[in-house]
Amino acid sequence: MSGFRLPEIDRRLVFAIVAAVVVFPIFFRLSLPEVPSTIVMNVFDSVESLPAGAMVLMPMDFDPGSEAELQPMARAFVRHCAEKKLRITFLTLWGTGSQMIERVTKDVLIPEFPDYQYGRDWVNLGYKPGMESVITVILNDLKKTFPTDVSGKNLDDIPLTRDVRNLRNYNLILSVSAGYAGTKEWVQFAGDPGQIPVAAGMTAVQAPLNYPYYPRQLKGLLGGVKAAAEYESLLIKKYPRYEDQQKYRFEALTRMGPQTFAHLAVIGLILLGNATYWINRRAAQGGA
Amino acid sequence: MPRQRLILFGALGLFVVFLVYRVATGAMVNPLEGGPALGMWVAALLTLCIFSFLAGDNPFYKFAEHLFVGVSAAYWAVKGFWNAIVPNLMGKLLPEFTANTAIPGLRKEDGTLPAPDLIYVLPLIFGLLLLWRLAPKGQWISRWSLAFVVGITAGLRLIGYLSSDFVGQVRNTMLPLLVVGDGGLLWVDSFNNIVIVVGVVTGLAYFYFSREHTGAFGRMTRIGIWTLMVTFGAGFGYTVMGRIALLVGRLEFLFVDWLKLASP
Repeated sequence: MSGFRLPEIDRRLVFAIVAAVVVFPIFFRLSLPEVPSTIVMNVFDSVESLPAGAMVLMPMDFDPGSEAELQPMARAFVRHCAEKKLRITFLTLWGTGSQMIERVTKDVLIPEFPDYQYGRDWVNLGYKPGMESVITVILNDLKKTFPTDVSGKNLDDIPLTRDVRNLRNYNLILSVSAGYAGTKEWVQFAGDPGQIPVAAGMTAVQAPLNYPYYPRQLKGLLGGVKAAAEYESLLIKKYPRYEDQQKYRFEALTRMGPQTFAHLAVIGLILLGNATYWINRRAAQGGA
Repeated sequence: MPRQRLILFGALGLFVVFLVYRVATGAMVNPLEGGPALGMWVAALLTLCIFSFLAGDNPFYKFAEHLFVGVSAAYWAVKGFWNAIVPNLMGKLLPEFTANTAIPGLRKEDGTLPAPDLIYVLPLIFGLLLLWRLAPKGQWISRWSLAFVVGITAGLRLIGYLSSDFVGQVRNTMLPLLVVGDGGLLWVDSFNNIVIVVGVVTGLAYFYFSREHTGAFGRMTRIGIWTLMVTFGAGFGYTVMGRIALLVGRLEFLFVDWLKLASP
């Protein structure tokens, strides 16, 4: 045993293993059933408990780099809000967030909810630079920073925003964020000072940083694609029309197959790495 | 030519033949159609360029990286101009001019326009002072604007952190260790609260260095470091999940949307 040593694994082999375990379930569409956790159910209930016509602010503070994680959440939130007939205001503090809003409205809101009218049921305010300064200003005066919507129409001429004065007119802030500025800033500069309920979906990396706000400062949070899949499963359970998986694409649920296999591979590689280290150390001690 | 390079070029050639065949048979979208089809091809090829870094630094990766930096710089400049300077500076100082030339929507449907807001002369002056940095002399003048930006940001964030992260978190940690409901003691809730309170107290104790970490206090700090380790582990696990999700998203794009080898 003392002379036996395991070779170090070439990092390219690790890449190949991870790629293989991700690609395999994509081809065979392997996925697993999801059991929603309490923290995800709390986000769902925050939306579900709102009456029809309630105002929801949906900041989409992310970019294409985190789209794989956050676009499924954004779509699930939009579907849920539209099912509940809530009035949605989109905006973003990220320069590339405008395209993310455009994608979710063009792919989900407009085709799946043809009765949802722009200006009456939803509005897109677009992007504004300034991070938390923007939130601080719109907490007291929305139209000071956003005089027009994304297409340049005056907010006073849009039925949904005509009577909106500031963020306190909203019943819920449903943030989708990938970092700074994001959920943390919406809690710090809008939710807490304005006493406005905040629920959020965020990247997995962001989740541990925002957990301390739950449950008092954040009603609930979705961390990463796993939580998005749980939210999608809740949506399917509550609204049976979404059971038609041919018609409605639920990306997070389909991505949980590759995700699970990749996690198993990573766990296996961690165990292998530790075993290699342990065996080689024993061999070195034995040879010394 | 080294053998490794020959294999690489051979594989690339085969891949190109495969793509041409797929496009010719209508199995994939044709980039010559332009519009979204061309966009998809550009996105797919740039993704492959970035992935090529896994095999080592190479000209394809460098090309994609430089393209990204250049496009981003231009994108941010244009976005900043049209989303901040035009509506929030010009629109406030010269509403009529801005409505006539850039944003007709500033004028309401009844024809009224907001009155010029002269307080916005101040951000204009500070903005110009910031640009003084580019002048051959007197660059120090730009520091006034920077000082303003730093001061405002520091003040804003200080208030945000004090109220939400400090006071808010202290409040969030003041939890009953034994939670009693209608049916008696709620074991799970009580356990959760005990974990939170013990974790916070022992974690803070670990960072108290005015006393040696020995004896009972040392045992407490040991629990604190274990709490920190569990937190780091959870953070690492979440990070792995996030990175894998990005990989899944990109591979889905390549195999499902672009190559159309797998069904959506």
